[in-house]
Amino acid sequence: MTDWIEVAHLDDIPRQGARVVTTPDGSIAVFRTVDDEVFALRDRCPHKGGPLSQGIVHGRKVACPLHDWKINLDTGLAVAPDKGCAARYPVRVVEGRISLRLAPTTEPVDA
Amino acid sequence: MSKQKLVLVGNGMAGMRTLEELLKAAPDLYQIEVFGDEPHPNYNRIMLSPVLAGEQTVDQIVLNSREWYAEHGITLHTGKRIVKIDRKHRCVVADDGTRADYDRLLLATGSKSFILPIPGADLPGVIGFRDIADVDAMIRASSRYRNAVVIGGGLLGLEAANGLKQRGMDVSVVHIAPWLLERQMDEPASRLLQKNLEEKGLKFLLQKQTAELVQGESGRVCAVRFKDGETVPADLVVMAVGIRPNTQLAESAGLQCNRGLVVNDTMQTFDPRIYAVGECVSHRGIAYGLVAPLFEQAKVCANHLAEHGVARYQGSMTSTKLKVTGIDLFSAGNFMGGEGLDEIVFQDAGRGSYKKLILKDNKLAGAVLYGDTLDGAWYFELMRDGTDVSDFRDKLLFGRHHVGDSGAGGGLGDELSRVMALPDTSEICGCNGVCKGDIIKAVRDKKLFTLDEVRAHTKASGSCGSCTGLVETILAATAGGDYSTAPSKKPLCNCTDHTHDEIRHAISENGLKTLPDTMRFLEWKTPDGCTKCRPALNYYLLCAWPQEYVDDAQSRYINERAHGNIQKDGSFSVVPRMWGGLTNPKELRAIADVAEKFKVPELKVTGGQRIDLFGIKKEDLPAVWKDLSDAGFVSGHAYGKALRTVKTCVGSQWCRFGTQDSTGLGVKLEQMTWGSWMPHKFKLAVSGCPRNCAEATIKDFGIVCVDSGYELHVGGNGGIKVRITDLLTKVETEAEVMEYCAAFTQLYREEAHYLERTAPWVERVGLSHIKEQVVEDAANRKALAERFLISQKPVQVDPWKERTEGAGTREFIPIHVAAQ
Repeated sequence: MTDWIEVAHLDDIPRQGARVVTTPDGSIAVFRTVDDEVFALRDRCPHKGGPLSQGIVHGRKVACPLHDWKINLDTGLAVAPDKGCAARYPVRVVEGRISLRLAPTTEPVDA
Repeated sequence: MSKQKLVLVGNGMAGMRTLEELLKAAPDLYQIEVFGDEPHPNYNRIMLSPVLAGEQTVDQIVLNSREWYAEHGITLHTGKRIVKIDRKHRCVVADDGTRADYDRLLLATGSKSFILPIPGADLPGVIGFRDIADVDAMIRASSRYRNAVVIGGGLLGLEAANGLKQRGMDVSVVHIAPWLLERQMDEPASRLLQKNLEEKGLKFLLQKQTAELVQGESGRVCAVRFKDGETVPADLVVMAVGIRPNTQLAESAGLQCNRGLVVNDTMQTFDPRIYAVGECVSHRGIAYGLVAPLFEQAKVCANHLAEHGVARYQGSMTSTKLKVTGIDLFSAGNFMGGEGLDEIVFQDAGRGSYKKLILKDNKLAGAVLYGDTLDGAWYFELMRDGTDVSDFRDKLLFGRHHVGDSGAGGGLGDELSRVMALPDTSEICGCNGVCKGDIIKAVRDKKLFTLDEVRAHTKASGSCGSCTGLVETILAATAGGDYSTAPSKKPLCNCTDHTHDEIRHAISENGLKTLPDTMRFLEWKTPDGCTKCRPALNYYLLCAWPQEYVDDAQSRYINERAHGNIQKDGSFSVVPRMWGGLTNPKELRAIADVAEKFKVPELKVTGGQRIDLFGIKKEDLPAVWKDLSDAGFVSGHAYGKALRTVKTCVGSQWCRFGTQDSTGLGVKLEQMTWGSWMPHKFKLAVSGCPRNCAEATIKDFGIVCVDSGYELHVGGNGGIKVRITDLLTKVETEAEVMEYCAAFTQLYREEAHYLERTAPWVERVGLSHIKEQVVEDAANRKALAERFLISQKPVQVDPWKERTEGAGTREFIPIHVAAQ
């Protein structure tokens, strides 16, 4: 089990937006929804690898900027009828401070 | 808390569609029970004709399998007819004694065949054509008997007759009117149809009134006798003279009925706990018998059952097609003509083609097409939208292809007629690589009904949209003809029931000045919209309140947020503005320096006369901009729904043919218009002479200089579907060019729907409307131009410079985490 790593403050991420966290194992997108929920996914769309961090966040979903696939932020799963899954990372917010674990909880499944 | 109980009486298409819509909107609100008197789960009644004709099987037309009901926790009772509604105790009782309590009741009891009240109507061998049992009876009869008589020469009667003929019977169609399908077609079209069907072997007895059905020795019907005394042999009689709403149950419960169970615009009956949809319903005095209006009703009804309570059903405009293989027929609206109406007719009996359009005040009021029905959907759209056709009235009859369709779909002419003959492997959607077979499979397997569903499941026609017409044709042919008809009112997206125009109107009328306020006021169905509505609302607010509205960056696509174009590898391309396509050594040197400093892997001259720097990493964007900004560049907005470029030729300053200073004028126009946000991208061009080297006649606003002044052209497009501009007017001075350009641009900004280019907009509203606003009314032109210039003041700030100075740079900087 990897440790929690503090990466940012909630205010560092725009509401309905995302920030990119670069790690030795690739980029992680950390999203903040309109209700201030925070989610972390591998910054790679299961379709053609588009950077999910650059998409429009709406509800608990993000739209990939390349071909408009919708990805569920809470599960990493593509919204049907598209199929695929972006890896999910554990994330927690304590007093506005966001921490991540660098081991994904789910394996990515590319389309 | 226990769930509310919802009972559906009638396991048919309208009722089940309502449940599907309800489950989408509020999956956990109700515990649902469904009663159907047929022994089958819900099936596609429209496809009974192909089943009768042996082209499909019963299994293929099932829409919701028994597993589907189980998966959704719905209790299904088949073969049970509800005989009583106890409104006081809120329960229903079936013929076998089964009882079910309800909090809300949905009646979708459909309709039944009208059986003529004549002697012998109850004999064995006399049936209607409504359900699988009728089809089974017909199929059984066809294997044992020879002579079939269909009474009724309407859509259903002809489909039944065709099916029985395919099954090998001798079929006569008896019809009381002088010609077939008199409620859908005029006489000339009907005669062509009759000839065609006679060639297939059907016999017709027109203007014949049935007096009696004669009983044979076996007890079964053996002949039909007419009022004039003549008889024809008949071992099977199919009554297809019309349908009657099934209202007996509702009437016995004391619900008001008048040629159908009466409902209001929310699909509610006079008992507020009871709703009704489908063929049993009478809405504003009309009982519909086609699937498209019933699905609209289902949507509205589900909205209210889900307790959203915002939708209203306001009636539908309908069109019909005949589902007889090899016969193409389309009819909609008033097709007979009459006082105050104009008719446009085309007839070629040799080719079996007939077209008639009925116009009222330059708007399409009706259409009958026989033989060539490709443009049916387009005519229907023109009727529904009430489009003024005066600008292309002379070409209207020849179809969309000849009018210069610029939007999605349609205009592929003969290609469409060949589409069904294409092999399954042929590619329909070039953007997403979707083949014909993929679309057919998705429509069949997933039971898709609408273009939007096909787009969602296959991606076909979901990108550039140029194959929309082809996809619609395949959908209609696979799912049944009625499916292609669009709803009468098209909402912006699934988050709302309001149209683009309604939303714009609400924003300006009610002083809505933020996205959340707008969504709240218009009762948005999602918490913060979607990728379709958020950018549209952001634009509409910006356009309505240019000096006050605070732009919502998170509602913009990444390109407009990052002021670059995202590429397939996630890097960006950057295009500095070059006014009118002019540049100089200092600018070129600055670009060269940036390219070397940031190791730009590729530089390309664009079609818009400027230079594109490719492969820039997002985190480098602010630094790249700083260098370009320091050298005097501003963003080229090559990424935005915004003013893109002003393309120019060299003009009178150098060219031996040039009549005016096209380059200089282009620079002035670009300085006036740059930075403005638009419904879609917007391109200008100025050509110095009619040789038109700047290709001004395929631009949104193009100027062609001539010796005596300037021709102004609008609504051109060089993209998916090339559209040549329309001539707006001719003016004499540069000052006038500037004013007309500003006014036209502002009219487009204020009236077009988001993501609608000028070409489809001009076709939708009509060139004469634009001329009225911009050319003929000088005061209005000046007012439009002034509003444009006011809107320009706050936006002519270079976004690159803003970022360089610190605004919003944070988003570009990644957070680094070292290895653990």
